[in-house]
Amino acid sequence: MIKSLSTDATLANAGLSAEEQDLFSNARPTAYEPYSIKAVEDFANWCRANSLWILAFGTGCGAIELRPLMTARFDANRIGVAGRPTPRQASVFIIGGYSSVKTLKRIVRSYEQMQGPKFVIALGICPVNGGMYWDSYNTIKRLDQYIPVDLYITGCMPRPEVLVAGALELKKMIKEGRCDGANRYVENFDWYKANQKKVIKKWDMPDYNW
Amino acid sequence: MNSMLERLSKEFRVTDITERHPGLTTLTADKDVAETLLRELRDREGYTHLNFMTAIDYIERGVFTLVYMLHNYATKSTLSVHVNIDRVNAEMTSIHTLWAQAWTYQRELRELWGINFPGSPRVEEDFCLEGWEEIPPMRREFDTVEYCERTFTSREGRGTVNPREHMAEIIFPNRGGDK
Repeated sequence: MIKSLSTDATLANAGLSAEEQDLFSNARPTAYEPYSIKAVEDFANWCRANSLWILAFGTGCGAIELRPLMTARFDANRIGVAGRPTPRQASVFIIGGYSSVKTLKRIVRSYEQMQGPKFVIALGICPVNGGMYWDSYNTIKRLDQYIPVDLYITGCMPRPEVLVAGALELKKMIKEGRCDGANRYVENFDWYKANQKKVIKKWDMPDYNW
Repeated sequence: MNSMLERLSKEFRVTDITERHPGLTTLTADKDVAETLLRELRDREGYTHLNFMTAIDYIERGVFTLVYMLHNYATKSTLSVHVNIDRVNAEMTSIHTLWAQAWTYQRELRELWGINFPGSPRVEEDFCLEGWEEIPPMRREFDTVEYCERTFTSREGRGTVNPREHMAEIIFPNRGGDK
């Protein structure tokens, strides 16, 4: 079910030193191709929508909203949201507010290490257009220039109720098969990489981490 | 307190002693006696706690003012020691031997203001910024907005309002503003 877009093209992994280059894969990401039978794909999407495992990665002030989301009052477990400690097991990446350039580097690494299918929720106004950090020298303005975003939840700060509403909206989108952010990342991989390397000046990691 | 300040002004040529409010006094010291003064304050006058240290960029006078904020737990008084250093080739004695936590502040000052502290541990390493290629961003000649527009992509449709007019017209329309 996994199809490679360009089998022969390999990455340079230019950011790595000579002895490290062999330790990392130089393959490009591959796109997800849906099951050919629609009922099977719908069933798979139903399963994905009901187990949203979010990555425990607090990237900004919005990460503080994830704690009440998981505890008794809002209890996100009842809609299938659970936290995972590692990107390998997570399927939803919540960017909790502003992202500095230093954090963006970690966001890119974590996002690429997540297994597909994977979805990104951008929380707050800062990943949309910069928010109150519109003139900051170290904070990116638009997150969708660097990683694909499936759902925006705006506000400063959005309360946990809105996060629950956002999770329900994401479930609806997944069931309808509209969350194709990971495939957009594969198709426009070079564009995303060029944008990332424009702001992350100290590029000392592989071009594609997985 | 006053006898201590008198003695300091005599022994260390401390100037501009001002009581900002009860419990906070500021004074200005010369660069070459600053470390000795801080050691004296820590060991003999009870100012054992370094609250923080930071820098102020007085670009008009061509100096950075380093601020060492010290606290005395016994008298509950805070003393702010100001040291003016030259803006060109800015350099200052490291005080990580007095307060071990000062090396973090000095690393930050080196990165964001470009002030060097020779001998401070790991002062050469990146702190908040990784691979910064411009002049240090907290210097006032650094044009933040210009850098931001050059580096980051903006989204169309972002607007701005005058807070005073917005409050008078939208938030409190019946109060007529302050006209």
